[in-house]
Formats: sequence, structure tokens, C-alpha cells
Amino acid sequence: MATIELEKLVKRYGKVEVVKGIDLSIADGEFVVFVGPSGCGKSTTLRMIAGLEEISDGTLKIGSEVVNEREPKQRNIAMVFQNYAIYPHMTVRQNIGFGLYTSKLDKAEKDKRIEEAGKILGLEALLDRRPAALSGGQRQRVAIGRAMVRDPSAFLFDEPLSNLDAQLRAQMRIEIKRLHQKLKTTTVYVTHDQIEAMTMADRIVVMKDGVILQVGTPSELYDAPVDVFTARFIGSPSMNLVRGRRTASGAVMAPVGDILIGVRPHDLIAHATVTGSNGFTVTGTVSAVEPLGPETLVHLDVADTSIIATVREKFVPTVGSTLTCEAAPGDLYLFDASTERFLGRS
Amino acid sequence: MSEATRLSHGKVRPGLIVTWTVLFIGGLIMVSPLAFMFSTSLKTADQIYDLRLIPAAPTLANYIAVLADGRFMRWFFNSTLIAVIVTVSNCFFDSLVGYTLAKFEFRGRYFIFLAILSTLMIPTEMLVIPWYLMSSQLGWLDSYWGIMFPGMMTAFGTFLMKQFFETVPNDFIEAARVDGLNEFQIWWKVALPLVTPALSALAIFTFLGNWTAFFWPLIVTTSKELYTLPVGLSSFAVEQSIQWEMIMTGAAIATLPTLLVFLVLQRYIVRGVMLAGLKG
Ligand SMILES: Nc1ncnc2c1ncn2[C@@H]1O[C@H](COP(=O)(O)OP(=O)(O)O)[C@@H](O)[C@H]1O
Ligand SMILES: [Mg+2]
Repeated sequence: MATIELEKLVKRYGKVEVVKGIDLSIADGEFVVFVGPSGCGKSTTLRMIAGLEEISDGTLKIGSEVVNEREPKQRNIAMVFQNYAIYPHMTVRQNIGFGLYTSKLDKAEKDKRIEEAGKILGLEALLDRRPAALSGGQRQRVAIGRAMVRDPSAFLFDEPLSNLDAQLRAQMRIEIKRLHQKLKTTTVYVTHDQIEAMTMADRIVVMKDGVILQVGTPSELYDAPVDVFTARFIGSPSMNLVRGRRTASGAVMAPVGDILIGVRPHDLIAHATVTGSNGFTVTGTVSAVEPLGPETLVHLDVADTSIIATVREKFVPTVGSTLTCEAAPGDLYLFDASTERFLGRS
Repeated sequence: MSEATRLSHGKVRPGLIVTWTVLFIGGLIMVSPLAFMFSTSLKTADQIYDLRLIPAAPTLANYIAVLADGRFMRWFFNSTLIAVIVTVSNCFFDSLVGYTLAKFEFRGRYFIFLAILSTLMIPTEMLVIPWYLMSSQLGWLDSYWGIMFPGMMTAFGTFLMKQFFETVPNDFIEAARVDGLNEFQIWWKVALPLVTPALSALAIFTFLGNWTAFFWPLIVTTSKELYTLPVGLSSFAVEQSIQWEMIMTGAAIATLPTLLVFLVLQRYIVRGVMLAGLKG
């Protein structure tokens, strides 16, 4: 186990900078998730940590030693890839054991570790099968097993769940999280899926265009995003944004206002009967409804934007009708309209 | 079960009849020389112009005579040795170079690839004279090495292996790199097993090509002990008053190793194709 420190880490391909000097300090045993849109440099950063990509500038420390010039094998880290990268010509046992291919351990100890990993991952019965006979989730577990047996100082995951279907993804999220709680190995996990980030991370790192926008716990990011991008990236469905201006008691919509008012669909509630409101209200035309069971999402056209609100009651608004929704005081996020920086809650 | 056979349970489509007829005739034409070769090898000298496919009085006398002839066994040995060494060499070096060209980024990679590829455009006949001059200057004439050296690595094999290695996902290679294997181990333990179909195909082509090679071994060898089987068999035809039954017997025996190689390696081609289907 080890700490990982990124200091002004830069990656250039020719003249193009794809990772633009990022700083991050990862504590021993921490589960850090890099999240951001596709192409923002998450994989590149992870691959620099793994040693698969040369570091163009800056310093990388693992366990307080500078490892910039070290080969992947000298860094003692294990990595799980999006396409599992388990070998079709080997059995599950051989695949898991492959992590120990260069290890000096004796055969008995290797076998013990393989059996143990198989047990933890629920693969005992499959150890002598070939990957062809496994489901996607099982294959990914084999890949995790191969990483586990090495007892590395850190685990790196690059979008390990994106080839799985939604249900399996939800299950594997929990399994990986549980595994981390058990092994307590420093983990860096890359994903473009904010749900994975929210549910798994001790700390989330939001990246965009090769820079880090924000680092924080899931609730820090949810409650106090640094800017519009992070605010819209974290949480699903995305936060609604409308132009507005401040008032004595909070904020109201205004077409030429100097702020952006953000309100999460979850906090913007539509009622069957409008009551006297004390908070922020929006009125619009219903353009679509998505009943989810316990609640219904309502898409509204308000002025020239589209926003999403929630109905918690047992009523489903009709498309085309007019609907007013409200958010309680304190549920608003305010942003500067020109810089898009976070100004505070209201 | 193929679609064609399933369809044939109902009505046989006319198109299918035409296809099968054409294939059948084609097959017959391909097989007939082989059939006559075997047939002739079972006949005595005075029967050979009797063109019946089933010999009137089949005999194994020719086989006994050929196998008892020390020269034939020697040529058989020479051909086997040369074909095996050249095949192993090609499988090793072609795939090593192919892998490097497919999976490593380095300056001049594309240029090297083009240079290798361009040698495919030079016909063997044009190369024979330079090869001969080179052999004579380096003292390789009339030696095993002299017969083998032009084929120890081929541009075709390198090209074939490169194309196949390109289909191996980079994740496979990088996962092994993170697990601490060195580059040679990665090639040997990870990349090579994933391209067994290509490797088997290359082995079959190379073995057959060398087993039947005639022109260059004829030119580079002078002593009879170094003849390969095709060269030796043709010398049968020249020296003695063409004993067709003997030549056919020798040729019949000569086809056996090629059949064997094909039957053994063919399995890997099929299995390899199946492996390739489960990536990702
Ligand atoms: N080998 C490469 N050569 C040039 N550009 C690359 C290379 N690999 C990645 N990039 C670029 O770097 C950027 C970041 O890529 P990546 O780290 O894979 O993004 P992410 O994993 O966040 O989706 C992308 O714009 C991509 O096009
Ligand atoms: Mg990526």
C-alpha cells in the first residue's frame, strides 16, 4: 500500500498538451475516482501512473519515491482494463495466476493466493474454465483477481464496468467497493460515469480538458460544485440552469440577469395544486413526462430553455399543460453568468 | 449444420446443384493426377502405359525398391531437415519482426515495413543469380545452409504476422507489461498464442514451399548427398531410362509429410479462428 502524489504532471503528444499540469495527493488506502467527459485525459493520467505512458513533465511519487523513470513492473501497481484483458488461451486459474508470472513466490503460495482470490470473487467453481465460457461480469472479476493476487501497492481501474449492462454494473460497483473496504489498497478508478464516481469514491477528481476542476468528497461536490460544468456533471438528471438575479430573499428568474440559477430536478417539485410558495418558482409548459414509479420526471419548456422537475404525488401531468414548480429556500445554486463560477447557495 | 444442408431437407435449390456439380468436377480434376500417381506406383514397369486406375496386379515392389535405395532415404532426410529448420525459423523471426512492426512505435517503422514489403515484388528468378554469387563468395555453395539461407525469413511471412498481430488488443499487451513481463515474454506468452491461426498457416505455407522447392536447391547443390527430394527424384528421371513407376512411388512417399503437416496444423487454424471470436 502506498500514497500516490502527482505534482504538475504533464502529458504532451507532440505539441498537444492533453494533461496540463495536474496536482493531486492520494492518501494511503484511499479510493479516488477520476471522472470527466470522454477525452479529458483521465486514461492518460492513469497510464502515466501505471508507467504505460511516458511523463512529459512534472513528478510522480508512489510511496514518497519518485517513479517517473521506472518501468511499470518496478512500480508494483496492478491495473484492470476496460476490455478485461484476460487471455482467451488460458483458464481462469492461469489468468489469475498470470499476475504472479514474474513473482518469486513458491508454487504453494501462488496456488494459495489464486484460490483465495477465487473465493473472494466467487470464482471457485470456474477456476478451470476458459474465458469463453464466462459472462462479462465474471470476466471482469477474473481481471480483478489477477490484480489482487499480486498484492500491489495500488490498484488502477480504467473504466472497468463500461462493457457491462446496467444491472451488472450496479452490482459490480458494490463488489469493487466492498473489495476495497476489505483490502484497503490505494485505488485510482477512472470513469466517465458520475454515478460510479458518486457511489464508490472516497474522493472524486473532476477533470475537463486536461485540468482538474475540483477535488472533493461526493457530498462536497454535490453541495458545492466549483462551477457550472461540475454542477451539471454531478447528479442525474443534470442540474437545471436558468438566468436570474439576486433578490433580498434569494433569487428569481430574469432574462437579462447577471447570475445563473441552478436547481436540481430532485429539488424542483411540482404539485397537483399550487399552494402559496415561499421559495423559487418556475412555470412552464409540459413537453414530456417520465414516470419512474415512486416519482415522475416532468420536462418543462420555460422561456427558451428546457428544465426538468419532479412530481412526488400520484398525479401525472398531461403534455401541453401548464405547470408551476417550486424549490425550497436553500436548494438553489448560484453561479456568475459570465465566469460560470459558483457563488454560493441560496 | 450449414444452411445449405438444412435447406436440402426440403427442396434442393437448382443453384445448389450447379454449385455442387462444378465443385465436384473441379475436385475430380484436382485429384486425378494424385490418383494416377498412386495407381502407377502400384504397377510394374510393363503396366505403366495401361491407364486403368485400378492396377490389374497391384504390387508394393516399387515401394520396397525405393525405400531400400539409400539415396532416396538420404534425400528424404535432407528435405525434412531443411523444411523443418526453415519453417521453425520463419515462424520465429517473421512473427518477431511482424510483432515489432505491429506493436511498437519507433522512427522509421513505416519505412522498414515498406522496404520489407517491396521485396515481395521481386520474382525469385531474378534473385537466383545474386543468391548464387553471394553463396559462392561466402563458400555456401553445396551445403545445407546454402539451400536454406534465402528462405530463413520471408517478407510474406513478416507481412502476414504483422497484419495478425495488429488485431491483438493493446490492452492484452499492456496488462502483461503492468504485470511485470519483459517484452520478449509478452510476445511469447501473450501475443503469439493469440495468433496461432496465422502461425499455423505460415508454418503450412513455409513447409510446403520448402518441401517442394526445386529450382534453387537444384542450382546450389552439386553433390548428390545434398539433393532434396524433388531434385533427387528428377535426377532419377534423367539418369535412368525414365522409370516412371519409381518416380511415382517416390512422389507418393513425398506427399506423406505434407499431408501430415497439414492435418496436424489444420486443427490449430480452426481452433484459432474460434479463439479470435471471443475477444473483448
Ligand atoms: N497516443 C496518442 N496520441 C495522440 N493523442 C492522444 C493519444 N492518446 C490519447 N490522446 C488524446 O489525449 C486526449 C485524452 O485522452 P484520454 O486520456 O484517453 O481521455 P479519457 O480517458 O479521459 O477519455 C484525447 O483528446 C486523445 O485524443
Ligand atoms: Mg479513457
